[in-house]
Amino acid sequence: MLFYIFRRALISIPTLILISIISFILIQLPPGDFVDAYISERLIIDGSISDVEALRASIQAELDISDSMVVNYFKWISGFPHGDFGYSFQHQKPVDELIWGKLGLTFLITFITLIFTLTSAFFIGILTALKPYTFFDYIVSFFGFLGLAVPNFLLALLLMYLSLKWFGTPFSGLFSPEYINAPWSMGKLLDVLKHIWIPIIVVGTAGTASQIRIMRATMMDELHKPYVDTARSKGLPQYKVILKYPVRHAVTPLASTIGWMLPELVSGSAIVAIVLSLPTTGPFLLEALRGQDMYLAGTFLMMLAVLTIIGTLLSDIILALLDPRIRLS
Amino acid sequence: MTTTYPVGQSGSPKAFDADLKEQQEDRGSDIFYASKSRLMWLRFKQHKVALFSGVMICLFYLVAIFANFISVKDINSFSAKFKYVSPTEIHFFDEEGDFTRPFIYNLDRKINMETLEYEYTQGDTTYPIKFFHKGYSYKFLWMFETDRHLMGVDEGAALFLMGSDKLGRDIFSKVVHGARISLSIGLVGVFLSLVFGVILGGISGFYGGKVDTVIQRLIEVLMSFPSIPLWMALAASLPPHWSPLIVYFMITLILSLIGWTGIARVVRGIVMRLKEEKYTEAAVLSGAGNFYIIRKHLLPGATSFVIAHATLSIPAMIIAETSLSFLGIGLRPPVVSWGVLLQEAQSITVIANYPWILYPAFFVIATVLFFNFLGDGLRDAADPYMNRA
Repeated sequence: MLFYIFRRALISIPTLILISIISFILIQLPPGDFVDAYISERLIIDGSISDVEALRASIQAELDISDSMVVNYFKWISGFPHGDFGYSFQHQKPVDELIWGKLGLTFLITFITLIFTLTSAFFIGILTALKPYTFFDYIVSFFGFLGLAVPNFLLALLLMYLSLKWFGTPFSGLFSPEYINAPWSMGKLLDVLKHIWIPIIVVGTAGTASQIRIMRATMMDELHKPYVDTARSKGLPQYKVILKYPVRHAVTPLASTIGWMLPELVSGSAIVAIVLSLPTTGPFLLEALRGQDMYLAGTFLMMLAVLTIIGTLLSDIILALLDPRIRLS
Repeated sequence: MTTTYPVGQSGSPKAFDADLKEQQEDRGSDIFYASKSRLMWLRFKQHKVALFSGVMICLFYLVAIFANFISVKDINSFSAKFKYVSPTEIHFFDEEGDFTRPFIYNLDRKINMETLEYEYTQGDTTYPIKFFHKGYSYKFLWMFETDRHLMGVDEGAALFLMGSDKLGRDIFSKVVHGARISLSIGLVGVFLSLVFGVILGGISGFYGGKVDTVIQRLIEVLMSFPSIPLWMALAASLPPHWSPLIVYFMITLILSLIGWTGIARVVRGIVMRLKEEKYTEAAVLSGAGNFYIIRKHLLPGATSFVIAHATLSIPAMIIAETSLSFLGIGLRPPVVSWGVLLQEAQSITVIANYPWILYPAFFVIATVLFFNFLGDGLRDAADPYMNRA
């Protein structure tokens, strides 16, 4: 097992390197760069600057980006092992001071959403498979299809509108006003938990819908297999018949979805965060991309991808634990 | 539900009835001789929801094609007189309660001195809705000039089926025009994904070995990127001064950059399976060239699956375009797409006061639902030889 984990982890290293290269190229794509924007701003304020080239060179030297793209890439990536991700031009701070809080909240939302999605898909999937073509089943598939069809940002807008209508204040942000700049405490954590359910519902709905369908389909297939009849004829109580045999089979496809669910959750939470103005990665990434703040944007992109790589790794390990055929092959 | 085709009762006296005869041919023992496409059509027909969705999607595309004819007002004509007018009520019964041709009332406008905003109340002059009414002139089907529209009202009243926006533009007309961009971006994007996906997936499955490993690794890397941040990065890199047409194509290209990976995997799987089939082996042994085998033995088997998968990936593209445009990094005005229209709904106070600006969202959701149902039906029909439980 340990060997399997080790081998699996080793495989993801070249993937990580490729991702870092793609991230770096991506943020260099826009024509012009931060320095151009900065200089044109300076020119508007102070029209008397005559030697634009000298100014550019001095800024570039100060920001340490005067070398070629390849050299810049190696400078950036070699800082990674010791937690140095470059310098944010917009915020005038090292990147690593800026990202951890946002990434932590992104991780928190993604993780809770994942747990919420998996548990609700697990139970609702079993229930609908046991009582198919009933009112409950139809209601679930109706909302499931709706959940798949409504874009995340629209669902967020809708919930904001409803909370304005019902509670008088639109839902937004992740903290109550008194906690925004407060240091982390028990009270702040509880406050976050009070706010976090709306983004979780918004981000989780589509995933839950598709996972219920997967769980229901595999359960339906398994429920009519002879071994279930055998278990029942042995006189096992109904709940044991269900939980002990078919559910064990049906959990494997559910676990294998974690791998592709994670990128979806991360990207879903990015857009929802922008709409609901949550202090997570989404809005900051957008702002950094617009401002061509290349190290900040690149690090965010890279870290989000790393988050999903780790998630895929974990899902593979869980799968291997669940299914000996995978771990031994 | 196991699909079985009942054997027709031959020799019944009604067999000469043409309708019944055709029905019998459909379900009768002919089923054993029916071609694959016929079997698929029979299987697809059973899926009533998919059939209905297919019809609705065709309808949506027709609306998009005839957008100018169906829209009431020129989408660029704005009017300060009609800011945020709520959807016009259409009446079918006159004051005596008799059923008449549909008509509307004119709008009375006065300024609310507290908020300094216009307030609109229903006037008492009636205006019938006229069909094939004369409106702004346009080129019908990009060919000849005309000024006839599906409906309209005479000067003096304003017909806003879905209300108007902050510049007094008709939301209904904009939704109809937005359908052109929003619906075509899915098709163009999926077409591009198909081209990349079929070629790369096909190569990957056909040659296997090192080529396969490289392509699979590439797909894994692309799939592990969270798509929206990746799209955001790419879309933000489009220079703002580019013409709307180029931006449109770049956005579709960006969307299909990830879209092809799913199709490539499907194609690879099918090609690998079909390569093992006896008939392919026989063709290889009798010295057929690679191209011949791909064209004769692999492509026909893969087409239906690929079409089904492509249909299922159109809604994701539509949602992606809408989301990007909503955030302001996709398409930008003056281009009209459903996502661009929803940009106006970014502020919660605007939504609370003028909820009708969310109408475009309804069409996004409907389109996505219909495409999902259609894709489900196509997928079930893609392999008519398999009995699904």
